[in-house]
Amino acid sequence: MIESVRDRVLAGKRLDREHGRWLLTGAPLLELGALAQEVRFARLPERAVTFVIDSNPNYTNVCVTDCQFCAFYRKPGHPEAWTLGVEEVLEKVALAAAKGATTVLLQGGHNPDLPLEYYVSLVRETRRRFPGVTPHFFTASEIQTVARVSGLSIGDVLDRLREAGQRTLPGGGAEVLSERVRRRIAPKKGGPGAWLEVHREAHRRGFQSTATMMYGHVETPDDLLDHLDAIRDLQDEHGGFTAFVPWSFKPGHTRLEKWITQVQGPNAYLRMLAAARLYLDNFPHVQASWFSEGKRAGQIALHFGADDWGGTLFEENVHRAADFVNTIGVEEIVTLIREAGFAPVQRTTTYEILRRY
Amino acid sequence: MRLADQRLSPVWDKVRAGERLSREDGLLLFETEDLLGVGRMADHVKSRREGDRAYFVINRYISPTNVCVLSCAFCGFARKQGEAGAFEHSIEDIVGMVRAEVREVHIVGGHHPDWPFEYYERVLAALHAARPDVQIKAFTAAEIDWFCRRWKLEPREVLTRLKAAGLQTMPGGGAEIFSPRLAKLLRYTGKAGADRWCEIHGTAHALGIRTNATMLYGHVETLAERVDHLLRLRAQQDASGGFLTFVPLPYQVGTTRLVPRPTPPADNLRTIAAARLLLDNFPHVEAYWVLLGEETASVALHFGADDVNGTLEDERVQHMAGAETPAGLAREQLLRMIRDAGKVPVERDALYNVVKVWPGEVSAAAARAER
Repeated sequence: MIESVRDRVLAGKRLDREHGRWLLTGAPLLELGALAQEVRFARLPERAVTFVIDSNPNYTNVCVTDCQFCAFYRKPGHPEAWTLGVEEVLEKVALAAAKGATTVLLQGGHNPDLPLEYYVSLVRETRRRFPGVTPHFFTASEIQTVARVSGLSIGDVLDRLREAGQRTLPGGGAEVLSERVRRRIAPKKGGPGAWLEVHREAHRRGFQSTATMMYGHVETPDDLLDHLDAIRDLQDEHGGFTAFVPWSFKPGHTRLEKWITQVQGPNAYLRMLAAARLYLDNFPHVQASWFSEGKRAGQIALHFGADDWGGTLFEENVHRAADFVNTIGVEEIVTLIREAGFAPVQRTTTYEILRRY
Repeated sequence: MRLADQRLSPVWDKVRAGERLSREDGLLLFETEDLLGVGRMADHVKSRREGDRAYFVINRYISPTNVCVLSCAFCGFARKQGEAGAFEHSIEDIVGMVRAEVREVHIVGGHHPDWPFEYYERVLAALHAARPDVQIKAFTAAEIDWFCRRWKLEPREVLTRLKAAGLQTMPGGGAEIFSPRLAKLLRYTGKAGADRWCEIHGTAHALGIRTNATMLYGHVETLAERVDHLLRLRAQQDASGGFLTFVPLPYQVGTTRLVPRPTPPADNLRTIAAARLLLDNFPHVEAYWVLLGEETASVALHFGADDVNGTLEDERVQHMAGAETPAGLAREQLLRMIRDAGKVPVERDALYNVVKVWPGEVSAAAARAER
């Protein structure tokens, strides 16, 4: 089987679901990894790994969506609920900029009390005051929330954000793009179509975005294939995805916790990355998440098809809420990439090269 | 198998044919950029020997003392007598450390200047009397050598007497790296050298004592020194045949700081894989999870390792345990590591007798019941 997969992939032919299922469940891990690495070097021959200096603050933990996997949110009126004003968020952006961040990945709960102008101001003021920072703001479900609150269409909201200077969207909130899974773990977020519509509308307008996946809970291999198929198809339409970023579910303090038989570990992660590299033939980059999987697994992942190290994530609160904490600095990233046998390269949000180490 | 580095192809031909690898082959395994190529060849060998099995043991680490006459540059454990942090356990202390679930005790300690050899015999005899079901793995060849020098005894006599007191197997420590250059540089010339270390293991094997072998790497050694070390172990195994397991020990930076950072996971995986390929006469190669970290140890089960060592419960773990038994908690962690790699967990004793074959996959209810 590995030979027929190899022949197809190297001939530029697309893998079908049967191939995908075998990659996710049956392929010997190192055979899969070696092929993923071969394909990675065929597409990106340079023995380099990119990373971004970024921060990941939040503007509110107020949320009405009640996802089963989330330990971060609080319902409106909860004593631990908080929402930052525009200036308070901009202080966080200033802090990130002072540390050299070129990307601020801002996301938050779905807070029905925040008006459209709040979001637009955040983008406009970030652009105006911190021209070196790319506002990588608001995941798909937040865009939906803004649309609902403002009475505008998704496209109109994106137009307003674009006018304010936004050009990229983070890929969070996809979870697993399968009707069954989303109904089970995030019923108020809508089906896969909700996430896909936002990204489609964004790509149509020239935005670039990432596609994430949070696996390791109630999904089956077919659910994962639904996800991979959906983002591959969407990528065929406009080519707006820069990277695929999977991570494993962290069950601490979540309602989903009691349903988890085994937390997915490093082997599952390496398999996911390598399978994605082969299956997502139209995605330029696959990201190794040192943050969620650990630095050691992140280094190993660079031998299994991943070509990007993600970011510094100076401020991160969502995993932290699940008792999962991990921090890193630029110097350590450079060292870790070198140790793994690659040349470190700093990039922008959209993968333009800023600096070679 | 397609290999990214074509130079590995002749090595792969040999591996498939079951032929022995040369020193040059060994150097190539360490030098090539094709990490996964090396890993796949090692996985082939491991799978041919052990299928999907991955072993672990419920064991207990005991150091009778950290007082040591040596001053090895890589050691953050040893203390001089009277120095802050020095400890000397009584026989009662040591016997009391072995809890109900333990299958194996692993006893290694400092080269104590005064403890008479009879004290060590009494430790083993007391342990054996208190817990005849527990297998005793005790004393590195370096310690055996110290007993010989300190008390003017021959290895055969020392080992015979310890065996009579209850010794069943020996750990593989104290080998460090077989290199006179490094012994001098890292101040372990006072320790059994390669010849002596091998002589003692050979004697143990002749007496029916199975032993392990180690290599301390990831500090200032060269790759050639690693290869030569492995080949020396292979030659000794040809001669005496009693080695069970090779345990690569990545250097822990700790307070001794011979190098600024621990060697990276790719090097650990490569070293395990190269060892599996070069040590064609060793039954087992271990991914010692305590030193590697859980993630690397788990992935290493695809790179030639067939064992993750044990629960190694100590006081710290016991304190953390709360309502559940420490061994139960630790076992759960080991099962998780092995299952994540898609392997079948096999609980073993010190001699690799199977205690229990655990299911490879479990339901939520079964996972809770295992705790």
